[in-house]
Amino acid sequence: MAQIFAYIAHKNGVVEDSAAELAVAAKKIDAAAQPTAIVTGSGSTLDSACQGAAKLYAQVWKLDNAALAYPNGEVVRKALAKIVPAGSIVLIPHDTFGMDMAPGLSIKLDAAYAADIVGLDGLSGATLKAVRQEFAGMAHTHVTIDTAKGAVLTLRPGSFQPDGSSASGSVTDKSGDAGDLGAKRRFLQVVEAETGDVDITKADVLVSVGRGIEDAENISIAQELAEAMGAVVSCSRPIVDAKWLEKSRQVGTSGKTVKPKVYMAMGISGSFQHLGGLKGSPFIVAVNKNPKAPIFQVADVGIVENILEFMPALTEKIGG
Amino acid sequence: MEILVCVKRVPDTAENEITIKGDGTDIQRDDLVYSVNEWDNYATEEAIQIRDKVGGAVTVVTVGDSEAEEILRRQMAMGADKGILLADDAFEGSDGRGIASILKAEILKGKYDLILTGAQADDGAAQVGGMLAAMLDWPYASLVNKIEIDGKKLKIGREIEGGNQEMNEIELPCVLSIQTGINEPRYVGIRGIRKVASVEIPSHGAGDLGIAAGSVGAAAARVKRADYFTPVMGKGAEMLEGSMEEKIDKLIELLKAKGGLK
Repeated sequence: MAQIFAYIAHKNGVVEDSAAELAVAAKKIDAAAQPTAIVTGSGSTLDSACQGAAKLYAQVWKLDNAALAYPNGEVVRKALAKIVPAGSIVLIPHDTFGMDMAPGLSIKLDAAYAADIVGLDGLSGATLKAVRQEFAGMAHTHVTIDTAKGAVLTLRPGSFQPDGSSASGSVTDKSGDAGDLGAKRRFLQVVEAETGDVDITKADVLVSVGRGIEDAENISIAQELAEAMGAVVSCSRPIVDAKWLEKSRQVGTSGKTVKPKVYMAMGISGSFQHLGGLKGSPFIVAVNKNPKAPIFQVADVGIVENILEFMPALTEKIGG
Repeated sequence: MEILVCVKRVPDTAENEITIKGDGTDIQRDDLVYSVNEWDNYATEEAIQIRDKVGGAVTVVTVGDSEAEEILRRQMAMGADKGILLADDAFEGSDGRGIASILKAEILKGKYDLILTGAQADDGAAQVGGMLAAMLDWPYASLVNKIEIDGKKLKIGREIEGGNQEMNEIELPCVLSIQTGINEPRYVGIRGIRKVASVEIPSHGAGDLGIAAGSVGAAAARVKRADYFTPVMGKGAEMLEGSMEEKIDKLIELLKAKGGLK
């Protein structure tokens, strides 16, 4: 049976939600698994993160090095490639760090790689069956992963619900085994996102537009509806990429996290990155001309219409 | 600077409804509109802008069949100098590692300073760039949304959670995966495509690249798609039916109840 490791993401000494999610995923791979948490970092915040991990994992490996103070994917990969035994299964959150570090780790460990896993069906021999999505969430697939030489798996945040189980694990200091951590990429600084003219995180009602708006000129249609409703206009990523609205209006993991009472998803397909920015269980209204849009799976109310016709009609009826 | 951009021909999800075949072996591909992967378009534009600033050449490469040639021509119409098609029956069914090893073999035949890929493609794995860098032992950065040239180094921004930007210094040669929004990809007209219609695009197979049979393709893949399926979801949305007017009346009622309308 392959040994299972979980890479623990943490910030300011606190482990992220993914730490508990990976523990659940390890059990889905092998119910009898005794997964080991690996926590990298430096100094006192690392120590408190290790304490947090020990409440979820029976074994915690600590890697303390000044070069690991910020999780630079290039440096963390080097350390993990050195300490993880060949043939292991390594679980990593599929976030902007995991996407950076994990594919290369699979090469360095000569292990199979599967990314952004949303479900696990367990091992049969060395074959692991997992669930993924393709085409921006429009199709689901089962994949088989040959773990005979080990596997590196990234797991979509939020896909594995923590089961509330706890541990009182012991922390082993593995810092001496990490070897040379010199890298050809140096972390400089984090530039915080600019704050825009409107704070969408404070709005009770958001009229949020996606690709279905089709053209920059049509943004005013959403603004008119928002005005009539006393709402604020937000958007999905493609609208910001096209520079039709400011980045500060983007909802999603790479934008803002919002907690409105009502969320009007207008012409938004509903990728997981977008939905990752919606918290506090708002009442979601989805209008999309594609009846198969994934947004209809998570919305409370769905309407199949072209938003360019629907929004003006709604505005008029409300009396904008 | 010699820049290689790795691109992929994919079904355009903005233009297509993706439906799964009855037997789950594939999606319905008969009437799909294909185009260049959106992220790759930003990567090509970025490469062209860097070349225009510091000189050098931009080569676009893809692993695919003869149909994939059309996207190479499209990127050449944007301004890429050369296209290379990596095509062989032996490449079919490759997993991410297989694709990365095919690309690596081509890269080692040339002399590149910078390799760009899109941050992800239609399968959402975001894997080939990172694998390729590890195989070449070159530094890697993903989700890049800013590049500044500084001699033998680059100063790059990575898009991280919350819309924040992680700034890094990275040595050349390196591999970067490009995030959308880094630039505004230029428009390609029919005339632009016509101009490059007769340019010869070399095609390299396993033999040309010195790739042993069985080291790539379906036989070597450790990750395989077993099927496509439609998951059993929660109840999903309550769909409002009827005329536009009826839907609007019902919606206004609901919005009033939920605090969306005063």
